[in-house]
Amino acid sequence: MTEWFQGTLGYGFGWFVATLILILMIALPLMLSVAMIIYADRKIWAAMALRRGPNVVGPFGLLQSFADGLKVYLKETIIPSSANRGLFILAPILTFTVALIGWAVIPFGPKMVLADINVGLLYLLAVSSLSVYGVIIAGWASNSKYPFYSALRAAAQMVSYEVSVGFVLISVILWAGTFNLSGIIEAQRGHIFGFINGFGLNPLLFPMAVIFLISSMAETARAPFDLTEAESELVAGFQTEYSSMSFALFWLGEYGNVLLMCALNATLFWGGWLPPLDWGPLYAVPGIVWLFAKIFGFFFIFSWVKATVPRYRYDQLMRLGWKIFLPISLFWVFLVSGYLMVTRYGAFS
Amino acid sequence: MASVAAGYLPILLFLGVALVLSSVFVFSPMVAARFTGAHKPYADKLSEYECGFPAFEDSRAQFDVRFYLVAILFIIFDLEAAFLFPWAVSLGTIGIAGWAAMMIFLAELTLGFVYAWKKGALEWE
Amino acid sequence: MIQAFAFYLFASILVAAATLTVFARNPVHSVLWLILSFFNAAGLFVILGAEFIAMLLVIVYVGAVAVLFLFVVMMLDVDFARMRAGFARYLPFGALLGVVLVAELVLAMGAWSAGAIALDARAAPTPAAVPNIQALGTVLYTRYLFIFEAAGFVLLVAMIGAIVLTNRQRRDLKKQDTARQIARRPEDAVRNVVNQPVGEGVTL
Repeated sequence: MTEWFQGTLGYGFGWFVATLILILMIALPLMLSVAMIIYADRKIWAAMALRRGPNVVGPFGLLQSFADGLKVYLKETIIPSSANRGLFILAPILTFTVALIGWAVIPFGPKMVLADINVGLLYLLAVSSLSVYGVIIAGWASNSKYPFYSALRAAAQMVSYEVSVGFVLISVILWAGTFNLSGIIEAQRGHIFGFINGFGLNPLLFPMAVIFLISSMAETARAPFDLTEAESELVAGFQTEYSSMSFALFWLGEYGNVLLMCALNATLFWGGWLPPLDWGPLYAVPGIVWLFAKIFGFFFIFSWVKATVPRYRYDQLMRLGWKIFLPISLFWVFLVSGYLMVTRYGAFS
Repeated sequence: MASVAAGYLPILLFLGVALVLSSVFVFSPMVAARFTGAHKPYADKLSEYECGFPAFEDSRAQFDVRFYLVAILFIIFDLEAAFLFPWAVSLGTIGIAGWAAMMIFLAELTLGFVYAWKKGALEWE
Repeated sequence: MIQAFAFYLFASILVAAATLTVFARNPVHSVLWLILSFFNAAGLFVILGAEFIAMLLVIVYVGAVAVLFLFVVMMLDVDFARMRAGFARYLPFGALLGVVLVAELVLAMGAWSAGAIALDARAAPTPAAVPNIQALGTVLYTRYLFIFEAAGFVLLVAMIGAIVLTNRQRRDLKKQDTARQIARRPEDAVRNVVNQPVGEGVTL
């Protein structure tokens, strides 16, 4: 497509238009899927509680999220008089922007990636470390008690789990030998017995896959780690003072981040756009379908956990992050690298 | 080297698009609210949230020093991870000496981690 | 063309953000401007082709160090009047630091125009085909091994120092011992009372 635009519009401008269209082809469906995934979340949650969930707007309630969106859009934006206006408005913009830009490096299929950079995984780590600022700024700029406490909790929580996420990623990188996400996916082709795609079923990496899944729930402050908006103690957390679309952007950003984390789980451990088995006919299905199926599978797990697991207490959350995940993932770096040194790089022989 | 930077150009563009999109989402309801008449601010509506009474104290209270300690420990482990990143991709070329060096490095930090644990710096109450 | 445009974009935002870091009245705003300037510095690194350094700058400085700064600034509950009073006292020292910095800049510029520094005469030039993160690793863990180990010790000292300075034990609380909770059996906790006469209490 890029070539076609470059042919008709000139090299530089053609590239610009083509890339812009590609970006919108990622961003707009993403926002649509966020709306649908919120609906899915509510439906799954309702089904597990033997309720019906949203079922009035549209067939099976499918249009519920759009109705909610329209309602929220027409509300008044309230900026508290004691808030720092500029930062108060900046926080939701930042949250949503950060939730979007991570998708630039996710490969949707062979060669289907917007920016195929060498350090794709580090880019994602950098983006996820930025997401804490939306929360901190929102909490501080609100100049209100509950948002401020919530922001502090959120910051400490995200920071704590990022440590173990970093070490888990190193185990994956050791095996794949690259930071490029397409390269990581390629390294998973026929990983087990030359037949099964994905690092996840490798006995050495399976514990890391589990830790990464749980840490990604904590990173995105999903239940059972949703202490940042524990409604029984902190009202609505850092969003307490927000209204209208600014409030909705935090929601969209949160679900966007959840989807990104699901995509990352799928990409790093379960083969991304590769089919589950390295078998010819399965490749007839486009890679993007496999990836979306995996993303939705992980989202179902997120919803399932949200519906069934009670919320952690803050000391338990910190204990899990620092005293269990950190030592295990640190030890695993030693284990995996040692194993690879012996088997792949032929040390001690 | 320009080829490396060129790979990031779509990201820069994406950043711009994302910023514009989210700004539109934030600012356009403000404009819309003026047309629909939803925009009716008054002093009580604009006061900060409290459970039905005026706030007693300044909201930006001092908080526990533990948050500070968590942040420092995070920096240290983050730096440790930063050293691990280039090591993980060059493991094949640096050989057994490079691997052993990293194990010593990890042992040093494990020592620090054990110290933190024993001192109760990882406890949260 | 685009490269030049991106450079001027990042560089001008960087300089503006750095200026605002100094001049912002609210310390929290200062830190946020600082974060913006880190971010743009990362952009400049990307233009240089140093993508790993750029990502590291964002991960470590924006993601970790700036969070700490924000915590400190938010926690200190800064008193503006007192800060102004300190301004006059630290002015000579600050001015001295400024002069040193300017002198260094001038020296660096002089060395640059004298041709002493040339970008292609680096100690460890990166091979074109290898991603620079891998090239960095290859050099760091072979030639600069001891410096790397020394960095490890610096981190260890920093960790111990932070714990010594900020850790304090509270005695008035009960801690959760998960292992003990899980190891607890019904026999330890429950006693069956049979043939208990009505109207009398149970002896515990």
